[in-house]
Amino acid sequence: MPHFLSARPDSRFIPLPWTIPLAQWPESYLVALPRGISRHVVRFIQVGNSVYAAKEVIEHLALHEYEMLVDLHRLDAPAVEPVAVVTDRIDENGKPLDPVLITRHLEFSLPYRTLFDYGVRPETVGRLIDAMVVLFVRLHLIGFLWGDVSLSNVLFRRDAGAFAAYLVDAETSEIHDALSDGQREADLDIAHVNLFGEFSDLEAGGMLDSSLSPQELADSIINRYRDLWNELTGVEQFAGSEIVRIENRVRRLNALGFDVAELDITTSPDGSQVQIQPKVVDAGYHQRKLLRLTGLDTEENQARRLLNDMGTFKVRTGQQHVDDAVVASQWLTQCYKPVLDAVPPELRGKRDGAQVYHEVLDYRWYQSQRECREVPLIEAAQGYIRDVLTTLPEEKVSLDRTLTNPYDPSHGFAGDEEDGPPPHDPWEDDAEEQPEPSGYLDIAALRAKHSK
Amino acid sequence: MATVTFNEATRVYPGSDRPAVDKFNLEIGDGEFMVLVGPSGCGKSTTLRMLAGLEEVNAGSIFIGDRDVTQLPPKDRDIAMVFQNYALYPHMSVADNMGFALKMAGVPKAERDARVQEAAKLLGLEEFLARKPKALSGGQRQRVAMGRAIVRKPQVFLMDEPLSNLDAKLRVSTRTQIAALQARLGVTTVYVTHDQVEAMTMGDRIAVMKDGILQQVDSPLKLYDEPVNVFVAGFIGSPAMNLMPAKIVEGGAQIGDYTVPISRDVLAKAEGDEVIIGIRPENFKIDTTGISVDVAVVEELGADGYLYGTISGTDADAITAQQIVAHISARVAPQRGTTVRLNAVDPNTVHVFDEKSGLRIS
Repeated sequence: MPHFLSARPDSRFIPLPWTIPLAQWPESYLVALPRGISRHVVRFIQVGNSVYAAKEVIEHLALHEYEMLVDLHRLDAPAVEPVAVVTDRIDENGKPLDPVLITRHLEFSLPYRTLFDYGVRPETVGRLIDAMVVLFVRLHLIGFLWGDVSLSNVLFRRDAGAFAAYLVDAETSEIHDALSDGQREADLDIAHVNLFGEFSDLEAGGMLDSSLSPQELADSIINRYRDLWNELTGVEQFAGSEIVRIENRVRRLNALGFDVAELDITTSPDGSQVQIQPKVVDAGYHQRKLLRLTGLDTEENQARRLLNDMGTFKVRTGQQHVDDAVVASQWLTQCYKPVLDAVPPELRGKRDGAQVYHEVLDYRWYQSQRECREVPLIEAAQGYIRDVLTTLPEEKVSLDRTLTNPYDPSHGFAGDEEDGPPPHDPWEDDAEEQPEPSGYLDIAALRAKHSK
Repeated sequence: MATVTFNEATRVYPGSDRPAVDKFNLEIGDGEFMVLVGPSGCGKSTTLRMLAGLEEVNAGSIFIGDRDVTQLPPKDRDIAMVFQNYALYPHMSVADNMGFALKMAGVPKAERDARVQEAAKLLGLEEFLARKPKALSGGQRQRVAMGRAIVRKPQVFLMDEPLSNLDAKLRVSTRTQIAALQARLGVTTVYVTHDQVEAMTMGDRIAVMKDGILQQVDSPLKLYDEPVNVFVAGFIGSPAMNLMPAKIVEGGAQIGDYTVPISRDVLAKAEGDEVIIGIRPENFKIDTTGISVDVAVVEELGADGYLYGTISGTDADAITAQQIVAHISARVAPQRGTTVRLNAVDPNTVHVFDEKSGLRIS
């Protein structure tokens, strides 16, 4: 009888075929969704109307990763949501099976490989790296030592014109009260090597624009990380007469999407020198503001765009002195809702709501420029749906080539077979002959070895 | 290649009143395979991480060769964490998968190819170099991961419980391969494990730690034959050494109704009037005189087996009852429920520890 470890138990998981290795689950349970390449068996499973990612992995790793994801969730960090760990699995012959870690599928998210399979413009690569850097810095700020920093361990979600990155693999990670410089440097070093490897791989597969170099891309993540880290945590010193610089610093941090929860300010005894250092910064400044005003839960850049639109609405309707909450409620019913309601149900799976609104605003701007008039919002929405949304690919597996197994991209593409069977490997023969570890120390064998 | 020296290296975690690693002194020889072993929380991983540059050293210093690395960032220490990265890139050949980090480091192509070739030869991967990694087995993937560390030619290899993430079958083969490779490459290696069997079979020398303090550093056999204290005696060996409290009496130390003969000189070193007698399971024999033991279970494993029991006169059901394990020949296996007398096969295999300090006095 399998054992379920879960903070929010869901009885619908119980009847799933836990006695079958995940790789052999019948297709009726599975969903073909894009995902990264993993060294474990990973499948997307459908339970009711929800989709979950299931990963088969040895017990202590499954429990460790579950625990890490629970902590990340509690700390409100961008990571996939852990649902359960299923242990004590036994197959029909009584042989034990590895546990399965279940996480909630992040809607509208894409692994980097899928993005590159669609074809990625050079500037988009820069945006992916930016998103990765923000995630990386946010995790380090909360004391999360990642370990295996790589694009493969991240999911990307569209966020207005940019991307938001989420952590999907916490197998090698640790949470500390705070990270030492050495720990951060080690993570950066791993990131540097792994990203170089991943971009080199895309290059080898003909998926990287020829204007981009893996070396420069890998270097850029390190440089951007350092810039952002310094802006968020660096000490700034100035003359006591330049006190306005405190506010400037806070504004700059807000513009980067961070809130200053605590600022350390030290003044020299005579007041001539001031030193400031942000102590606690929280990501999601715009996100939280939008959530508070409207209840909309979006990504940071989407929130920024929506808040700007709300600001414009406020001015246009002459309500500069009216409370933000009142304006927000009007904006929601007069602008946001009508646009989303215009999207036919069959097209709703292509983009999430906030992204649609953002893209409609973009469409309206271009259309207004072209037609030299202010195009009304709802007209822009209809134009966007007609000209843009209908032509977008479903962000599901829709590649030109067929996967050998649509549920497992690590099997590669059909027709991609290597030539002939693998060569004979004597090391593998040896491996077969190795005895299972007994847990006993064979001291006689050890003495014999050392007397040689 | 280089030596590694820990000099009074200490790590205190913020908010903790006790060091995680306390004044750790260790000299690791050039090319030596050193295993750090101990129970969970003993400080072995922290020690390795101080060497890797992941943990701050609060006091003391660490040298690699004659270079003080205490304050250096990890990437400047010329070390390689083996099995840090398992990911194989599907579009790149096995050779590129092994050598890409060299390319990033600006190593010229001819040199890169030579190093990859050399590592592939060591790892039996030559035939696979031109292939894509898709076709590789789990074991071969492991070897590519090892190859990535090897081609970098670091001064020191670091491995933190490298087998713990593998399934049972890969664990055994990888263990053998790591040991064989290290011997052939001769690169100084620091290896952390909680498993004493793994430590004993792999290490040239083993450093046993407990509560942040180094207990003993010695070759596997020396640790086994001459543990310096009760902790090491109990930790090394599986099944564990029988450790029995005994009262000092005329001619030796008394366990139950039997007096284990021990020389007066040894007993004179004890602080109080009690000692702890240690006898390994395989050093017991069933005899006409000896420690009286009530047999609870006999586990037969072919020609020999293990006898489990409690010292006669103690309440066998009490959790405090002194458990005894003896390795015996299956030919003379007694029935459960009977009482036997166990004696040391050789007086030299009787370990004596001071009851107060726990230190070896024999």
